[in-house]
Amino acid sequence: MEYDALNLLDEALSLNSQAKPSSLCGRFLLVEDCVETSGAFVLHHLLKWSLSSHPSSVVIFLAFSHPFVHYDRILRKLGCNLAAQRDNSRFIFIDMLLFHIPDEGKASQDGLLTLFEKIQEVISTLDPASNDIIIMIDDISLLEVASNGSSNDVLDFLHYCLTLTSEYGCTFVALDHKDIYLNEERPMLTLEMEYLADILVKVEPLATGLAKDVHGQLMVLNKEIHNRHGSSPIKVHKFQFKIKENVIEYFYPGTKS
Amino acid sequence: MAATKTRGSSFSRNLSAVTSTQNPGLKHGPNGTMLLSSGIPDLDKMLGGGFSLGSLVMIMEDAEAPHHMLLLRNFMSQGLVHKQPLLYASPTRDPKGFLGTLPSPKTLKDDTSRGHDSNNEKDLRIAWQYKKYFGEPQLNVNASNGGKHDYSNDFDLRKPLERQFFSGLPIECVSIQDFTSLAPLQDLCAKFLAQFPRTGVSISSAGRIAIQSFCSPQCKYSNMEWHMLSFIRSLKSMTRTSNAVVVVTFPPSLLSPSCSKRLQHMADTLLSVKAIPDEDKEMEKLLTGYQDMVGLLNVHKVARLNTQVPVILEATTFSIKLQKRRFLVLECLNQAPVDGSSGSSYGKSGTCSGSTKAGPLDF
Repeated sequence: MEYDALNLLDEALSLNSQAKPSSLCGRFLLVEDCVETSGAFVLHHLLKWSLSSHPSSVVIFLAFSHPFVHYDRILRKLGCNLAAQRDNSRFIFIDMLLFHIPDEGKASQDGLLTLFEKIQEVISTLDPASNDIIIMIDDISLLEVASNGSSNDVLDFLHYCLTLTSEYGCTFVALDHKDIYLNEERPMLTLEMEYLADILVKVEPLATGLAKDVHGQLMVLNKEIHNRHGSSPIKVHKFQFKIKENVIEYFYPGTKS
Repeated sequence: MAATKTRGSSFSRNLSAVTSTQNPGLKHGPNGTMLLSSGIPDLDKMLGGGFSLGSLVMIMEDAEAPHHMLLLRNFMSQGLVHKQPLLYASPTRDPKGFLGTLPSPKTLKDDTSRGHDSNNEKDLRIAWQYKKYFGEPQLNVNASNGGKHDYSNDFDLRKPLERQFFSGLPIECVSIQDFTSLAPLQDLCAKFLAQFPRTGVSISSAGRIAIQSFCSPQCKYSNMEWHMLSFIRSLKSMTRTSNAVVVVTFPPSLLSPSCSKRLQHMADTLLSVKAIPDEDKEMEKLLTGYQDMVGLLNVHKVARLNTQVPVILEATTFSIKLQKRRFLVLECLNQAPVDGSSGSSYGKSGTCSGSTKAGPLDF
């Protein structure tokens, strides 16, 4: 399926459907949002982008916050049939809604280890050379809750997932809620994640409050260091968005007609 | 938002004949959701029809006033009127006693008076500049309600719910004061929710769970934040796959900021209530009908199940009023027309915390 003209978000993430391997290969994309403005739509966008533009791409989705029906309905409106992709085993949905690790300590490590082994097993059945693999986690904060707040184990788990990006050239996409950690003195989890991320997408509400025409502001920090012309400085893109059922509009501040 | 709304209402029109005969307490919402009433018609209107089945509603309490109880009472009463099973958990010694304070639905006799009354009052009182802030939400609802009078009732807060509504209904009341861990409560909720599995098209009945003051200090588990968080998380996950609505109230001031934020993220619909100071002269000058207000209601988040489009409301702050000291109504805040003699009041409006939050007034 042909992908439409690039919008601002695609540009900022340098998503280019022609490029092969995909420009996100081997990179870690972190989405941060807050209570007022949810950043889940960025995940939906990437889901659709990878499933519809690359016939060989596979998405492994760890769902902590919503069941399959929720995503299925949203993606269907965006023009992508998740149920069919699941049957094609291009969309691997791992339902983590009721995943719970009984208590801290040994058990929590074991729980996360089994989860990681599961992901690894899925990847090993695929051919990393011909497949673009994306691993997505829809809520890191809920992963923390599921492991009873042992953030060290969660960090370890995320590190393990990150090794997959270099090992198999997977893309790792994760969503976290920034405002949870604002009051902590040294929020290791979010600081480390931000440091490790190759691309940081921050979703924020407008400073002036909620508005009908503009749903919020996106800041994309692309830490791309090497490209054809040598190294380039970190690129920061700032723009606003409006979410609709079947499309998300992106525009620079003040240019919304 | 307008687009989803119209779609939602066309949904309900097509299928209304089927559902209304089966179950007056439910109606179709947008994106394949089913809605049930919160027990406050005004709140239903604001939220686009009511609470969606499978959603977790959290209400942030104000430590200074028990306004969350008003919302809980109406929510529970509405369920009982619709013969929906109820699970009520509270940190008080005698949760069953709380059922005696539930309000009773308004009888048909005084039904006609209210609508007219309030409309006339508004016409008289509101300056023309502010009229545009009314009307629209009201219109919306009349259309989507489609004459189903039974979906939501007005409740008379001074009249206790009659015995007939309790009899024969599966109502469970638990005191969470003595629970040393959350496991028993979780089992209770799981057992309750298992009665309403989401099987397919037909929904025979919907359940309601009301948990009051979830992390209040009387509870022995109140120092185990991670346990509370994982309880709410699993409660949310269980609810998502069943035909029930869970309302949880909690005092955010007693939790660590990060824990409270986590809870807010987990909520599908997030509301907060606030007391208003008794004799705040400045506020009184600014807001019309200040004397009748008992508190403020803030809508932080509206559930968006099966959709990515956020619901942006006309206003997010509403005043809670008791009409004739009986009926709970929610109204947009109305800034009083500027009085010519006190020229400074325009400047003051910026400092009033209530009005800065009321979205449309800022633009």
